[in-house]
Amino acid sequence: MLKRYPLLFALLFLGYAFLYLPIFSLIIYSFNESRLVTVWGGFSTKWYGELINNGPLLDAAWLSIKIAALNASIAVVLGTLAALTLVRLRGIRGHKSLGVMVTAPLVMPEIIIGLSLLLLFVAMEDLIGWPAGRGQTTILLAHVTFSMAYVTVIVQSRLAHMDTSIEEAALDLGARPVKVFFAITLPMIAPALAAGWLLAFTLSMDDLVIASFVSGPGSTTLPMVVYSSVRLGVSPQINALATIIIAVVSTAVLIAGVTMYRKELKAQRKS
Amino acid sequence: MTQIRPASSEQPWAAPEEEPIVRIDKVTKTFGSTYAVDEISLNIHRGEFFSLLGASGCGKTTLLRMLGGFETPTSGRIYIDGQDVTDVPPYLRPINMMFQSYALFPHMNVAQNIAFGLKQERMPSALIRERVAEVMALVQIEKLATRKPHQLSGGQRQRVALARALAKQPKILLLDEPLGALDKKLREHTQFELVNIQERLGITFIIVTHDQEEAMTMSSRIALMHDGRIEQVDAPRRMYEFPATRYAASFIGSVNLFNGHVMSHDNDMVLIHSDEAGSDLLVHHSQPLNPGMEVTVAIRPEKIAVRDHHSEDPNSIHGVIQEIAYLGDVSIYHVELPSGKRVQFTQSNVLALAEQPLTWGQEVALTWNAYSCGVLTQ
Repeated sequence: MLKRYPLLFALLFLGYAFLYLPIFSLIIYSFNESRLVTVWGGFSTKWYGELINNGPLLDAAWLSIKIAALNASIAVVLGTLAALTLVRLRGIRGHKSLGVMVTAPLVMPEIIIGLSLLLLFVAMEDLIGWPAGRGQTTILLAHVTFSMAYVTVIVQSRLAHMDTSIEEAALDLGARPVKVFFAITLPMIAPALAAGWLLAFTLSMDDLVIASFVSGPGSTTLPMVVYSSVRLGVSPQINALATIIIAVVSTAVLIAGVTMYRKELKAQRKS
Repeated sequence: MTQIRPASSEQPWAAPEEEPIVRIDKVTKTFGSTYAVDEISLNIHRGEFFSLLGASGCGKTTLLRMLGGFETPTSGRIYIDGQDVTDVPPYLRPINMMFQSYALFPHMNVAQNIAFGLKQERMPSALIRERVAEVMALVQIEKLATRKPHQLSGGQRQRVALARALAKQPKILLLDEPLGALDKKLREHTQFELVNIQERLGITFIIVTHDQEEAMTMSSRIALMHDGRIEQVDAPRRMYEFPATRYAASFIGSVNLFNGHVMSHDNDMVLIHSDEAGSDLLVHHSQPLNPGMEVTVAIRPEKIAVRDHHSEDPNSIHGVIQEIAYLGDVSIYHVELPSGKRVQFTQSNVLALAEQPLTWGQEVALTWNAYSCGVLTQ
């Protein structure tokens, strides 16, 4: 193969390099002795040590993870409900405009979402006293608002491709609609829910612009900390933190893959 | 066309005093301004293997879905076992359905699929296991218990769907094109099996199909549907031999139709003059017909015989062979009459590779019996 299509393999290699070289260099430089991120000064794990003692950075990371996880869970529930409404209640008055409105945040510039949410939160605080000040709650609310739209789109496409007679068969066999949803529909759209959850988690983890608008003193997310510290010169601690995150994520993906593969093998051997 | 079902002397539909298991009373279903089902009334009796037959879009599936409870009639009522079920949701009806797509639950294995309906009844698990094993044996899929639907072939999936629908021992089983996705060989084999299972369990089967051969082979009775209405309800044999309408005659099997007008009607024999046939036609028909009435005479291709020479008797036509289709067991001949009308007739190929006595361009004289054809007034 390799000999027959050398050009093809060269291109493949280039593609991989394009995708993963930056990540590799980030990992390698996290073990850099030097204070300067771009100059190699020998191997060391000292930045990992310093990272553990860097309270504000770890706090920000922990806050980001908390908000991201909570955001993903809420967005999945709301997004699934919206998708169900859009797919199953077709023909109802206002169906089309609902579809447009739910997915509008996908195309709206972040800066506008951030600004409008800030204005809304301030107005709400004046009128009803909630949310009191800006902080975790407002970041969470803002994140749910836009990540829900992504979940809706993912779940909606899954639902639209689902054979409705499967749910009808469950009804026919004596299951009530609620039971049909939890026993049949939910397991069938589970992959879409998982994908939606992960995407919502990532979107929230990533977000700098919207969070900057709606956060308050004392609630600084990881991207905000990284961004502000980069302006003063990147500390290799950021590399160390990124390396840890990459390690955790790839381990999780690997474990999930292996478990699923084993399960499949077991099922095949059984039959 | 073979018929699996023995010509049974039991004809529950002939006993009007018995309460039918399904009574459809003037049911109409509209989608927007189109009538999918147009004021249909129909009785189906206990233990029948009833077919709803028709071309696609004739409303047969909509009617079946209303029986299952997945569509609500726009007007009219549906009774099952004397009980009005028109507004009863599917999960409370004593009916199960086998879907055209089989609709197996993809995340459950075969045994779990079959047990699903029983679990909804909160049946004790020992009993569930027993019942699942029973129906799996019935449709011969014992070895597939732990497979997932995506690991099954089309034929196996069809059996699982059947087992799942039978597990709850419903009063009525609805089957939506149950054999549609199978190849021809498997379909023929499965037809026999379905009939056997139905006779063994005594459950009323109502099946939707567009395949007239399938309906003919399996059913005790067929309802032929066209444009949301029922054209004719009859046993397969009567449906074929005595179609009630031109549509029924041409939908089931092939048929030659001659338009003409009634000359006389005595002793159940009608004499009809047809310019298309170029001959007078004599037909056995017991309902009275008035002279001068416009009617159509229907004659099946296999009822037509070749004779040595043409005569001026009734039911005698002649023409030139235009086309011959060799199908192996029979050959179909297309004959053009002097009037320009085309007539089909079939001949069994009794001798292998015999020098064909009939060939293209040949002039033939044809005839048939007055009891082998029918008069259509609609």
